[in-house]
Amino acid sequence: MSQNPDTWLTRFHRLGSPPSFYRLAGILMPFIAIICIALFVAGLYGGLVLAPPDYQQGESYRIIYIHVPSAWMSMFVYAVLAATSAISLIWRMKLAEAVARASAPVGAAYTFLALVTGSLWGKPMWGTWWVWDARLTSELILLFLYLGYMALVAAIDDRRTASRAGAVLAIVGVVNLPIIHFSVEWWNTLHQGPTVTKFDQPSIAISMLIPLLLMAGAFKFHYLYTMLARVRVEILDSERRTAWVNTLVTSKAS
Amino acid sequence: MIEFFQMGGYAIYVWPAYALTALTLAVSVIAPIRRRKRLIRELSAIATQKERSRSE
Repeated sequence: MSQNPDTWLTRFHRLGSPPSFYRLAGILMPFIAIICIALFVAGLYGGLVLAPPDYQQGESYRIIYIHVPSAWMSMFVYAVLAATSAISLIWRMKLAEAVARASAPVGAAYTFLALVTGSLWGKPMWGTWWVWDARLTSELILLFLYLGYMALVAAIDDRRTASRAGAVLAIVGVVNLPIIHFSVEWWNTLHQGPTVTKFDQPSIAISMLIPLLLMAGAFKFHYLYTMLARVRVEILDSERRTAWVNTLVTSKAS
Repeated sequence: MIEFFQMGGYAIYVWPAYALTALTLAVSVIAPIRRRKRLIRELSAIATQKERSRSE
């Protein structure tokens, strides 16, 4: 690189350029994968084997180790989608557009998992697969927001126009996040209240809490991995006519 | 061991939840990896085609 002086600021700017981001993501991804797998192994062992059964719910509560991380990620990824959408609208940053587009299907997958695992937990505990209460309904709306974003972006041919239209939808949908979070406090609902995020004292035993946090970490690294993989595809596709992609694909093919 | 898989009688709820989660997470990782490989193949085919038409 001939850019001088090489301060942290120029480095940061270069990171935002597609070829550097593509390369850096490729270097980081194996490490992210290893951390993710280690967290999954530790979390699953702790949650399914070491943690004691719940005194009220017995063994059925073990769905918590996938249900709660999925639900957390469904909201976290939406926050990422909205934030990168705002950045892409304000600064026209291509990389932010790519992250937003890459995040939506992953977020939809977590939302789907939160709904289905919640249903499989609700049946033995509440006696029903589904109720139209505030928590469940607002989470279902989140799934529709993700699907709406994906459909809108896919329907518009021009890449940048599509990203901009999607960004507006994503930002408007942010209003749903506090509704999901506070739904168990604002309305009477079948869904139990917060157990971990209560600030005074989480009402969950430490031997149950540690595997839950490990699983939450595993899900985070899973998102990081698949998001970066998707951004790399987005970058390759949108930069297909550039010289660096050309050298990359010809060197890979030989 | 059998006791572990029975999940205190909740096996029909717990294991499908875990299986579906594993499947969904795996697919969401594999999909972009395959898409990238396919795209690189496609782009390199275009590149060699261009190279050939230039040399002719």
